[in-house]
Amino acid sequence: MSDQYLNITSTPQFVVTRSTKLSRFGVAAGVIIILALATGPLWLGRADMRLLVEIFYFLALAQMWNLLAGYGGLVSVGQQAFVGLGGYLLFILTIHFGVGAIWSIPLAGIAGAIISLPVAFLVFRLRGHYFAIGTWVVAEVFLLGFAQVISLGGGSGMSLPISIIRSIAATRAGRDAAVYWIALVLVIVLIGGIYLLLRSRYGLALTSIRDSEEASSSLGVDNFRTKLLVYVIAAFGTSAIGALIYLTKLRITPSAAFDINWTTTVIFIVVIGGIGTIEGPIIGTIVFFLLREPLAEFGSWYLMLLGATAVVIMLKAPEGLWGIIARRYGLHFFPVQRQLRWIVKDD
Amino acid sequence: MTEWLGSIIQGFLIGGLYAMFAAGLAIIFGVMRLVNITHGDLIVLAAFVAMVAIEITGVNPFVSLVIVLPFMFVFGYVLQRVVLNFTLGDDLLPPLLVTFGISIILQNLLLELFSADSQRLKAGPVETLSIKVMEGLEIGVLPLVIFVVAILMIVIIQQLFNRTRLGRAFRATSDDPVTAQLMGINHNHIFALAMAMALVLVGIAGVFLGIRTNFDPSIGPSRLLFAFEAVIIGGLGSIWGTLAGGIILGVAQNVGAKIDPGWQILAGHIAFLIVLVVRPNGLFPRTRDE
Amino acid sequence: MSLLEVNNLSAFYGDFQALFNIDFSMEEGETLAVIGANGAGKSTFLKTITGLVDTEVDDLNYNGVSIGGLSAADIVGLGIAMVPEGRRLFPSLNVEENLLMGGYKGRQGHWTLDRIYELFPALIERRTVPGTALSGGEQQMTAIGRALMANPDLLLFDELSLGLAPIIIKNIYETLPKIKSEGVSVLLVEQDINQALSVSDRVYCFQEGRVSLNGLPNTLSREQISAAYFGS
Repeated sequence: MSDQYLNITSTPQFVVTRSTKLSRFGVAAGVIIILALATGPLWLGRADMRLLVEIFYFLALAQMWNLLAGYGGLVSVGQQAFVGLGGYLLFILTIHFGVGAIWSIPLAGIAGAIISLPVAFLVFRLRGHYFAIGTWVVAEVFLLGFAQVISLGGGSGMSLPISIIRSIAATRAGRDAAVYWIALVLVIVLIGGIYLLLRSRYGLALTSIRDSEEASSSLGVDNFRTKLLVYVIAAFGTSAIGALIYLTKLRITPSAAFDINWTTTVIFIVVIGGIGTIEGPIIGTIVFFLLREPLAEFGSWYLMLLGATAVVIMLKAPEGLWGIIARRYGLHFFPVQRQLRWIVKDD
Repeated sequence: MTEWLGSIIQGFLIGGLYAMFAAGLAIIFGVMRLVNITHGDLIVLAAFVAMVAIEITGVNPFVSLVIVLPFMFVFGYVLQRVVLNFTLGDDLLPPLLVTFGISIILQNLLLELFSADSQRLKAGPVETLSIKVMEGLEIGVLPLVIFVVAILMIVIIQQLFNRTRLGRAFRATSDDPVTAQLMGINHNHIFALAMAMALVLVGIAGVFLGIRTNFDPSIGPSRLLFAFEAVIIGGLGSIWGTLAGGIILGVAQNVGAKIDPGWQILAGHIAFLIVLVVRPNGLFPRTRDE
Repeated sequence: MSLLEVNNLSAFYGDFQALFNIDFSMEEGETLAVIGANGAGKSTFLKTITGLVDTEVDDLNYNGVSIGGLSAADIVGLGIAMVPEGRRLFPSLNVEENLLMGGYKGRQGHWTLDRIYELFPALIERRTVPGTALSGGEQQMTAIGRALMANPDLLLFDELSLGLAPIIIKNIYETLPKIKSEGVSVLLVEQDINQALSVSDRVYCFQEGRVSLNGLPNTLSREQISAAYFGS
């Protein structure tokens, strides 16, 4: 038929589209999954709910790290600074300011975002690998700093007072459900936010910076402002997640809250799943938990396996599992790329 | 007053150890633009290798260097040639993530082999010997020896890079690996050689670390941070700057500890951050036309 | 036996084919020029010879040895050296150190540091100056000296006159006979057609990755060259 050939006697027209058949299918599937998860407290046992909450917050953390490193080109080895900060902000807001436990989560996010500004001022003075280690130093400073604050328990940390725990809901089942729903809402909001950001002109700016800083700034993209935006957003998300995490753990210590393992785990998830895509961290989180359940009892050997897997993937398949799948089949569930499509006129 | 002076001198001398930690890191970055996240763990590895060598042969830690240094040389050459050479390139993620992964593997391997127990290398009387400078002020012999060795290390590195054929090859390959090939340089071999030599320095640092303080598989990352801070404070591209950076770090830590023992490490980090704000390129940067 | 024999050479950058079935030969003692428009594949051709771009093993024969699969570092050892496009001096090294780098492989021959300074006296007082602080002409002299320090039998020039003022170009070309008199064969890629034709024994023209013309300079007409250069 004539629409298989370009009609060269008229000017070809093209249109910029985003959604594909698969992405529309993906939206439908996603909605169904979310609805199923939302009803979780009705049919899941306590242990399963706790596991899902863990999956939600690791997924959210991974998405934040991926936003920073995969899209923003800012490889941070210090996001645990904001996990711990968010955790402590939960305690500070609820105990010292009487804010409701649930509201303190987004508020911790906002406070974390504000605090990330002077931090960015410091660490943005470094580039590349040195930036990465600089963020780690900042996390250590937070750790050592909070360990000095006696009113927050100093080095041995503190537990969340019963009165605050009780204020979430009257029954234990109610509290479990509340925390579960908050976690679900948080991960959906954060992933949704990333998706919207990437579809916006900031997303385009990010891709261009990632491809070539020189080229993008010569086109008028403000590299610094865009990167700062991404850093602050990641700080917001990570701090909010940190507050949620310690709402589930109920007890905080500096060495646990600011542990590099938060970042180690997240890096593993993103690398295995596929850096620089929204689908990647989802796959990565699933794989991580599939491995963890049977293998974690092997302690050091399990961790060595994770490390070795990350090394091998980075050397042999740096685009991660999702990258391999996407390349083979041309898939995008989250269509953030813009595609040029020829429109051909029929004769 | 003399107590403060003593603290500052101690800080000055431990700067030598930090400069030793940093020297290897600086070389690797200088030649290959690689920041090795597992650097601190390699220092700890060297200490453990020394420990095993001492257990088997019964020699003292200084003599164990005869075993430790060749081991570290070969380890570094193989690590670079077989793994890290494949991560080099414009993208900074692969080397960072691969060295991160290796760090996890190394820490946990050491944990499995040696447990989390604190270890120490016994060097005999030199550990506690001190020189009396004046009333109330004594300087430890061991810290002094470490400081002198650090200076020797830096002198040798500088001479190597500036005066020898190999040093020229390092600098040329670092500038432009492609054109270096046109000179007949096998850049894969040169990079591996640089890593091997950096790990020899790490080996010396590790043995001195083991003599001076207790060590266990988990202290690697904090050594990396000290090394990194010494390099940044001193200024990229300047090996003597690294010594200055180490000294400033050591002094800051000791002054902080004098104010409050819990502030020791924190004071060091804060000094680093202050330098970062005031002089982002370090105190003695060598400007280089990239 | 030719010094350099190229048979049916093709070269790729990933999926992109830059050279198509090149046939080429060069005798000892010759000066050969390769001309062509930008993107014609001239630089790529030199890179295949020096080993920076991979080719099939048998495509390239140097003194009877198949060099297509060898690494660049090995090829220098066999006696092929190149003055790269844009000079590409090492910024961290000064003039003398750059020259010494050329001698890294230690091939013996006429060229030593002193002989290079005889050839280019202007470099003597610039010996300790870093490569980046030199003028264009001084950079080109250093780059040529550096290549000569490898005591090559075959010397390649990639875009010899690019970015240089006419008077500098003239001076550099005036040293060519001196270089040649020590017994080196020259293959030069040159944008300046007049210079190329005036110094060479034979000339090849590349167009879009293929040889479009080859012959003796004084037998080729302007029209022939123009047609071969731009394609008809």
